[in-house]
Amino acid sequence: MKPSLFDYVAPRSVDEAISLLKEDSGAMILAGGQSLIPAMNMRLASPSRLIDIQNIPGLAHITVGNGKIAVGAMARHREVELHDGAAAANPVLRAALGHVAHIPIRNRGTVVGSLCHADAAAEMPMILVLTGGSVLVAGSDGRREIAAQDFFQFHMTTSRQPDEMVVEAQFPVLPPGAGFAFEEFTRRHGDYAIAAAGCILTRNGAGAVATVALAACGVSSKPLRLFAAEQILAGTRLTAADIKAAGDAACAVVTAPGDMHATAGYRKHLFASLVRRAVEKAAARAQ
Amino acid sequence: MSTRLFGARIKRNIDPQLLRGEGSFIDDIPLAQALHVAFVRSPFARARINSIDISAAVAHPGVAAVYTCDNVGPLDIEMPLLIPHSSMHDARTQRPLARDDVYYVGQTVAMVVAVDRYTAEDAAALVDVDYDPRDVEIDLEKAILDDAPLVHDTHERNVAAHFVQVCGYPDSAIAQAEHVTKIRVQVDRSTAAPMECRAVAAQFDEVTGELTVWDGTQAPISVRGGLASIFKLDEDKVRVIAPNVGGGFGQKVLLFYPDELLVPMAAMQLGRPVKYIEDRRENFVGSSQERTQIHFMELYAKKTGEVIALRDSFLHDTGAFIPYGIAVAQVASTSIAGPYRIPNIWVEFKAIYTPTVPVTPYRGCGRPQACFAIERAMDQLADELGLDRFEIRRRNLIADHEFPYDREGLIFADGLKVSLDSGQYHKALAMMEERLDAPSFAAEQAKARAEGKHLGLGLAFYVEGTGLGPYEGGHVRIHPITGKVYVNTGLTSQGQGHDTVFAQIAADQLGVKPEDVILVEGDTKAFDWGVATFASRAAVVSGNAIHKSAMIVKRKALQAAANMLEADVGDVELKDGAAWIKGTDRKVPLSAVATATNPLRYAFNEAAQAATQFAPASRHDGPSLDEGEHPGLEATDYYSPPCATWAYGVHGALIEVDPELCSVTIRKYVCIHDCGNMINPMIVEGQVMGGIAQGLGGAMYERIEFDETGNMLNANFVDFLVPYATEIPDVEIHHLETPSPLNALGVKGVGEAGCIAVGAVVASGVEDALKALGGGTFRHTPITPSMIHAALDAA
Ligand SMILES: Cc1cc2nc3c(=O)[nH]c(=O)nc-3n(C[C@H](O)[C@H](O)[C@H](O)COP(=O)(O)OP(=O)(O)OC[C@H]3O[C@@H](n4cnc5c(N)ncnc54)[C@H](O)[C@@H]3O)c2cc1C
Repeated sequence: MKPSLFDYVAPRSVDEAISLLKEDSGAMILAGGQSLIPAMNMRLASPSRLIDIQNIPGLAHITVGNGKIAVGAMARHREVELHDGAAAANPVLRAALGHVAHIPIRNRGTVVGSLCHADAAAEMPMILVLTGGSVLVAGSDGRREIAAQDFFQFHMTTSRQPDEMVVEAQFPVLPPGAGFAFEEFTRRHGDYAIAAAGCILTRNGAGAVATVALAACGVSSKPLRLFAAEQILAGTRLTAADIKAAGDAACAVVTAPGDMHATAGYRKHLFASLVRRAVEKAAARAQ
Repeated sequence: MSTRLFGARIKRNIDPQLLRGEGSFIDDIPLAQALHVAFVRSPFARARINSIDISAAVAHPGVAAVYTCDNVGPLDIEMPLLIPHSSMHDARTQRPLARDDVYYVGQTVAMVVAVDRYTAEDAAALVDVDYDPRDVEIDLEKAILDDAPLVHDTHERNVAAHFVQVCGYPDSAIAQAEHVTKIRVQVDRSTAAPMECRAVAAQFDEVTGELTVWDGTQAPISVRGGLASIFKLDEDKVRVIAPNVGGGFGQKVLLFYPDELLVPMAAMQLGRPVKYIEDRRENFVGSSQERTQIHFMELYAKKTGEVIALRDSFLHDTGAFIPYGIAVAQVASTSIAGPYRIPNIWVEFKAIYTPTVPVTPYRGCGRPQACFAIERAMDQLADELGLDRFEIRRRNLIADHEFPYDREGLIFADGLKVSLDSGQYHKALAMMEERLDAPSFAAEQAKARAEGKHLGLGLAFYVEGTGLGPYEGGHVRIHPITGKVYVNTGLTSQGQGHDTVFAQIAADQLGVKPEDVILVEGDTKAFDWGVATFASRAAVVSGNAIHKSAMIVKRKALQAAANMLEADVGDVELKDGAAWIKGTDRKVPLSAVATATNPLRYAFNEAAQAATQFAPASRHDGPSLDEGEHPGLEATDYYSPPCATWAYGVHGALIEVDPELCSVTIRKYVCIHDCGNMINPMIVEGQVMGGIAQGLGGAMYERIEFDETGNMLNANFVDFLVPYATEIPDVEIHHLETPSPLNALGVKGVGEAGCIAVGAVVASGVEDALKALGGGTFRHTPITPSMIHAALDAA
């Protein structure tokens, strides 16, 4: 469990980081190192060069404004979790972050690193999808924004080009009056989700569902919006039957094969109940 | 003496050092210019080796040597069979480096020694081994079929050992039974997962010819014996030290792991210190594991629930080799009737070779499996007879007046009889009933159900034969300058707190503060008679040996002090670091007594000067040392137990199952246990609590997963789920203290106790919780959410 030989560079600017990335196709960005370093130790990743972005000024920001929470590439999970402004603007971030690993890992690991790593069972990619957020990517031709739906392609695969770097993630604030919920099941506290469901929901004056977003992780090869379930709930008054139907519909997206932690059948069963619980909780919180 | 230290909740001497990170583990030991080891390991569960090409690895910069079976000289051997037994034929053990064949994924094939571990791993990847893979069968029940692929061609149907033991007259008892309950239970494979993996470092001194080996072993004396005989060195020229060790749980007493022999060999050949620090993946694929057993049990009972006979036939997975003999299966088979009278027993096992990591004892050593079988069977019998689970146990538990209760015909793992020596089984059960408020549980369960909650009561009783022989020793000496007490024994510690409990035992005799007792163990230079730390034996065997030695030293100190104080020995007592004439303020410090008993009198320190103010310590004429007299205040004595002493306990829990998430939440966990007289209740509780946590690992989380080719799928802490502190509920621990009649201190072992009953408790509680939903039976651990889902799905 020792990495193979690699070079290490610590650029001082985003531009420098990008040109280093371009120079060497075997290079990888090092953020908090909480996913990359273990992978290197197990020789699952053998980068020729690590480009450590820790010392680049201006990447650790967390700002709330213009309807969104902007999280810089070096903002740590724990900083985002404890940021009161971010929690007030969209409490689902804090709710989900409490499930990401353990505090010592959150102290080092970054939210953007987690998005770039794009584990299909990871919480923060799902939150980006749930909230309809995006990432800001810098490359040699300048910067571009990629919507969450387009960013996550497959387990550990994103649409970021090899010579691009994500500089910021943007999470929209919670719509006024919306309720939210994040429901996850793991066998141990702090593990990656066996399945998780998130919900953001608003109700109209009559109590019917005005808008609803549902998303999931752990059930497929990437974080997903649950469009079919959303459609079932839209406009309803959330009777038990509506909620059950949404849970059942959500199950259709479960494609993760059975593994040592969950048989395929169990994961479906579990996921349906997480979706139901998420909807119920979000509804109860909605004004 | 003011207050007795035995029985006191004294804080552990070792904790401040460990908690401040000042412990010294093997990788902390500075060795100048050390070389580092990495192994080439088999990627196949069973294969023929066609060729091994080491040329590229040898040529790699920084590599000092590459070893295969062809250049390890005296180590190209099958390693020893530790405990031979007539139930095995041609027992197979591993070679340090594979020759011709490999038998499990992870088996060591070549060893690379290089300037650092990074380089060693790089070079190991360059060793080119040409394998011819063979078919394998991983499933224990299929491995015994006629056409199953064989692990060893020498062993048909992969049977490594077959053994039947009989107690009483099972055949005639069975004929009189009015009810029979039959059950199949299974416990899966797990691993000890010590926080510190194994480690070995060695250094050879060309000038003195001394080999020093630092080994994170539980058995340094035996390791030394092995090294000396294999390398043909004088035992005095081999020193084995086990420094601070981060957990062992049985995994660190194999004798020998390949590295324990190969690293010293390399140090001697290469003339530089050599270090091997096992990493976590290697610990999973290379260090022993335990647990898989499948039991088919039958209980023959009267209508009253009285069990008159038991038949059990089980399969025991021994992995690719059987270096430890049948120890695990034998402990399981002799513990099979638990705390129950059951006078007639027929128990059979087959130990089966599978192409997997070898199996040796892991904390519990067959007892969790035996407990799971008998306790699940008892629950089922109660269910079938319409009896309460407490009631069926009450009707079968051995009564206080029936001790010692012998199971004639069963031979325990120490080769001695099974004799449950003492206990208050009924009282323990009654305490549990009260602590769980069992009489009102049915109402509570019904109420919870009305609210959509599914509560169950889990219950299991266990017994544990502890304190196995053959012997341990204790050496006690009062230091002449400081008056501090030095104690040595042949054990090692992996965090149990030996230094504190042994200090309490010695301090009680010698009237000193426990912090003034200094224990040095785990070093063959300090004390080299003894066995090792395992089998819940330290307190019983070394504890009593130290007690005996301390009594001798006390006698010597009293006599010497009486001489010095010109008093009658009966009037002298030891307390507060001095010998006093009782009821007076006349005293002599122990340091002065220790100094005065050494006829060499250079008054170069205060103790020596103090000693001169008193009369001589010895009253005799002639030479300074009388015939038979020894200098100083020192003694060595030994304790050899007549047979194991049996601890026991009962665990119970209130468990909630969420049928949607298929999750299990333990609302309340109670442990009533009895390990005889407690030397230090705080340390006992620590042991019990740690055992329960490890037991919960086995009950709900930890399972080694092999694919059908024998590859381990979760050789890491991401997927092998050791529970975190967050998964462990609060546990209520209650003590009973029934002194063991077998030793002077009245103690029984407690190291393994905690883990034994947990699987049975959880299964019994989950089953009870889901009964109303038709959730079926739970007879297989670990109990996972997927298993609960499958059970509910089938309902
Ligand atoms: C014990 C443990 C438990 C964990 N449990 C969880 C969990 O439950 N849920 C969970 O979601 N995560 C979990 N993690 C992972 C953790 O969240 C990581 O911190 C996170 O996945 C990666 O963030 P990082 O900053 O550490 O990234 P790094 O490890 O430094 O990098 C991860 C990957 O992202 C790339 N990368 C990083 N930053 C950028 C960037 N700005 N632009 C382009 N590429 C970039 C890197 O090149 C690398 O490929 C766990 C980790 C550990 C060690």
